Amino acid sequence: MVNSNYMTKLKTQSLHKKDSDLAQAKKQLEILSNGIFKTGELPTFAKKIRETNLVPLRAKKLEILQINVGYMCNQVCTHCHVDAGPDRKEIMTVETMQQCLEVIKTTEAHTLDLTGGAPEMNPNFKWFVEEASKAGIKDFIVRSNLTIIRANKKYYDLPEFFKKYNVHVVSSMPHWTKGKTDKQRGDGVFNQSIQALQELNAVGYGMPGSDLKLDLVYNPSGAFLPGDQAALERDFKKALAQDFNIQFHNLFAITNLPISRFLDYLIASENYEDYMYSLVEAYNPSAVANVMCTNTISVSWDGYLYDCDFNQMLELPVNSKSKHISDFNEELLQGRDIIISQHCYGCTAGAGSSCQGTVA
Amino acid sequence: MQKTYYDPADLKKFGKITEWSEELGNKFFDYYAKVFEEGALTAREKSLIALAVAHTEQCPYCIDAYTKDGLQRGITKDEMMEAIHVGAAIKSGATLVHGVQMMNKVNKLDG
Repeated sequence: MVNSNYMTKLKTQSLHKKDSDLAQAKKQLEILSNGIFKTGELPTFAKKIRETNLVPLRAKKLEILQINVGYMCNQVCTHCHVDAGPDRKEIMTVETMQQCLEVIKTTEAHTLDLTGGAPEMNPNFKWFVEEASKAGIKDFIVRSNLTIIRANKKYYDLPEFFKKYNVHVVSSMPHWTKGKTDKQRGDGVFNQSIQALQELNAVGYGMPGSDLKLDLVYNPSGAFLPGDQAALERDFKKALAQDFNIQFHNLFAITNLPISRFLDYLIASENYEDYMYSLVEAYNPSAVANVMCTNTISVSWDGYLYDCDFNQMLELPVNSKSKHISDFNEELLQGRDIIISQHCYGCTAGAGSSCQGTVA
Repeated sequence: MQKTYYDPADLKKFGKITEWSEELGNKFFDYYAKVFEEGALTAREKSLIALAVAHTEQCPYCIDAYTKDGLQRGITKDEMMEAIHVGAAIKSGATLVHGVQMMNKVNKLDG
């Protein structure tokens, strides 16, 4: 029997807009701690890493600074862990961006990773990219949902803009077929994405040997784990080249974590318990050693610091005296204990999962 | 007492087969894992073969397992259904081709 309390009624609104219980981080954490984890049917993540002698999970040297510039998005994807959408008004201010720039100038991190929502929808996005690029960080990523490039004429120049600042574009693409893509990301998303990829290719992105890096992110369209990343990349490359003459560099296979809209979907479709079983059964100790929270700091739209983007959405701030971008202290943050809950199983299943794909 | 012969939860217990015969169980699972590795056929192609055979064998555990496996590999529902039709065609063909035996017998006994 489907639990109607959590049933997604309108795909065009965020859980926040619908005032759903699951919009609240506290409610999500409650679900993740109760049921099969409370009865002991499945071990908690803390217990599991203890059993495999991988405690405490601690932050190593910072390598990736990920900044979420706002939850507003032109899409409302069914599995979005940010619960992003056009109705989300949380947008990073210029003041917070300036604080971020101060950190970007001094950090020893080799990767700067801008995400959202659709980061391009922040009205100061272009200024921020221009300024951030001056710091000369080795790998400067923007996570673009692709359709934003075709959403409004003010975004049409994004491929050229990305090229000008040598931004590494990382884009979501759940499948190489229209049906599966539109089911997850909304009607019309596939065709718009294909057009955007062709435009990125036209300016040199993703072409063999090109320094303009274009990578795709694959996350499963339903309640199952991603398959082998290399095999999926091969299939994506073959199909996109054959059907649309599209090229890209790497494919990152990312596991859906059981939070926010994906958690809502799992519960509504009665897949929650089976999915958690799949994650726990696929627990891979060697993935734990390389989980992204140990080398990443996630900055929220209002400047607070988190171990990862998922902890940001669950409102679990870093366990450190340095809690905000305005008092960012790389030394203090190093060695902090990572805040964990059962959603962490998503990053340690199979070959592991991170914003950069598999880790084991 | 269990009221049905099949319980989806039993699939998770498949590994326990080794508990009552460790050597044979381990040999089976080693063999099984080796069979599904990439070889002259891709793991994706093997998954589709397994799905078709799962249906001809009418094994509910295997159907669950290889439907999920196919989704994980990006196999589309059109591909899955085509694979099942291959299985169904062979299964029905295997039935029908025995009709020749019936015809031979009729011709011999009543020709």
